Amino acid sequence: MTTLTAKLRDWQLALPLALAFAALFLAPLLLLLGVTFFNDDRMTQPGLAQWAKFFGDPFNYKVIADTLLLGVKTVAATLIVGYPLALVFVDLSPRWQRVLLFVIVMPLLLSVVVRTFAWIVVLGHEGLVNTLLLRLGVITEPLKLLQTELGLVISLTQIEMPLMLLPLISVMSRLEPNLRDAAAALGASRWRTLFTVILPLSMPGLVAGCLLVFASSTTAFISQTVIGGVRLIYLPLVIWQQSLVVFNWPLAAVASMALLVSILTVIAALSWLGRRASGAVHG
Amino acid sequence: MQSSLNNDAAAAAGRPPGRTLDVEDLMVRYGTSLAVDGVTLSIESGEVVALLGPSGCGKTTLLRVIAGFVRQASGRVRVDGATIDHLPANRRNIGIVFQNYALFPHMTVAENVAYGLRARGLRGPEVKARVSRFLDTVQLGAFHDRLPRQLSGGQQQRVAIARALAVEPSILLLDEPFAALDRNLRLDMQIEVKRLQRTLGLTTILVTHDQDEAMSVADRIAVMNKGKVEQFDTPVAIYDQPRTLFVNSFIGTTNLLPGKVAARETRDVVVTLDAGATLRLPVQDGLAVGQPVLLSVRPEQLALAADARPDTWRVEPGLSLPLGGQLVHEARTTDGTALKIVEPRLAAPVGLGRLHCGLAPDARPTLFPRAT
Repeated sequence: MTTLTAKLRDWQLALPLALAFAALFLAPLLLLLGVTFFNDDRMTQPGLAQWAKFFGDPFNYKVIADTLLLGVKTVAATLIVGYPLALVFVDLSPRWQRVLLFVIVMPLLLSVVVRTFAWIVVLGHEGLVNTLLLRLGVITEPLKLLQTELGLVISLTQIEMPLMLLPLISVMSRLEPNLRDAAAALGASRWRTLFTVILPLSMPGLVAGCLLVFASSTTAFISQTVIGGVRLIYLPLVIWQQSLVVFNWPLAAVASMALLVSILTVIAALSWLGRRASGAVHG
Repeated sequence: MQSSLNNDAAAAAGRPPGRTLDVEDLMVRYGTSLAVDGVTLSIESGEVVALLGPSGCGKTTLLRVIAGFVRQASGRVRVDGATIDHLPANRRNIGIVFQNYALFPHMTVAENVAYGLRARGLRGPEVKARVSRFLDTVQLGAFHDRLPRQLSGGQQQRVAIARALAVEPSILLLDEPFAALDRNLRLDMQIEVKRLQRTLGLTTILVTHDQDEAMSVADRIAVMNKGKVEQFDTPVAIYDQPRTLFVNSFIGTTNLLPGKVAARETRDVVVTLDAGATLRLPVQDGLAVGQPVLLSVRPEQLALAADARPDTWRVEPGLSLPLGGQLVHEARTTDGTALKIVEPRLAAPVGLGRLHCGLAPDARPTLFPRAT
């Protein structure tokens, strides 16, 4: 009886958030879905014409694929840079951990505008990278980094890094420190210990980091358009063009749905893998 | 794999595979402080040595240096006479069991035990056979496919022991292995570990802060304090002939009575206690006439008497508590020193008339110089 009332009270505590969620998230989402079922941009004739138009155009499939691929590349880059950094982090003394943590969360503390324009300065034709490489004689003419996917992935890697590192660090620093010593005493090399002990046990953090970076980089409209430029077309740009340039809201809504569903699919797959990996560890 | 094959051969031939372990003038620095300060220990093949001391005395650091997890500032560690200081932990072939067992939580019991074998390049049926053999040795033959979290603390520890033994280490290190177990289980595991160690003839080092554990499991005890070994001796010698005041106070319970050396003869010294008695004791080195001393005597080596004698002192009796087959008396001397006196519990209670305390006939008190 007491547990039942306790449960009831817990549920009531969650009520304000649930209501806010319903009003601010679920309702708009349903509204958005509703908008997709109009044939014309004035939203007078119901129909599936916009769905047919969006999915009838092979160009849009390429945009979806490019968007997901951008997410995959950014995840791969943040993982390759972030995982070793997380390994270094957990071995540092608390003082240096605080310093590094500040550096890690820095991208979150900067305004989107500032860090995006900073990247323009760094990657530009006469930017930091090009000037440095030219002076060092590594290259003879400036590299084109702005308005390329390479430049975009480089900047997204920095911008999304905290989302990869924070879950990784949180999981890794909770790992029993004696496990590494135990593996070493049993004769395992550092690499064997990394792949057989540390990597499997840090899977939950790794998957969480990948999910966050993937979701965040595929929808990073400002970075995508300002650093990537308008010639690199990703779904957020299509949505923006259709809703605020062409004012075809039904088509923009269909594109939004396409973005939402494709990201959710990847995330569902990733978290299924994550549950399997962490299921082996935590139950 | 050569060494483990040799071990198998040695075991088959009935020779114990135990190695000697020598620690020579070892120093470990943490920042500016010395965690281990010039430790030298010479450990025989097949011997169990306990490193005993309060927390922060350097015993765990010493163990971690032997295992190769911590580098020493100076000094050497030798196994069978050969230095191992240049070897990383994974090339030393030294087994270790941690206080929290450090089992790999994502691997089954069998995978945990097989881990060291696979790291050594063993594959297939040989791994399986050895895993089964060592799990049977620790009586966990039925638990191959369990995960560590599905086991009790005692079972987890058995897995940790099987895992450490499966690779046939040259030395076995135990880092407070019984501390996380409840009292009854602890005794069972102590007996079991001792039994395994005997059968395998493994040279073993046990780190502990529990003196009873050290006394019951170890052949010799190294009592450590502030990074130094204060005494390295058999449990009986450490209890009966403590070399320093620290060892004396750390091991067992003791009474400390201040006094002064009154006279020194060829075989005896005469000590006057501040509590008001004159004692004649066997001579000890380094005690000049007039030297202030502390007389250390175990509670069971004191006796209460009804009559005053020159070698007894008057006490004010306090509480008397039965403790199993013994009776513990509290008492206070006239100069205010608190005493504990233990005597066998007799059938009839003894009256409170016994106000004089003296040394029991077989008492072996120790004198320590006292700073004034």
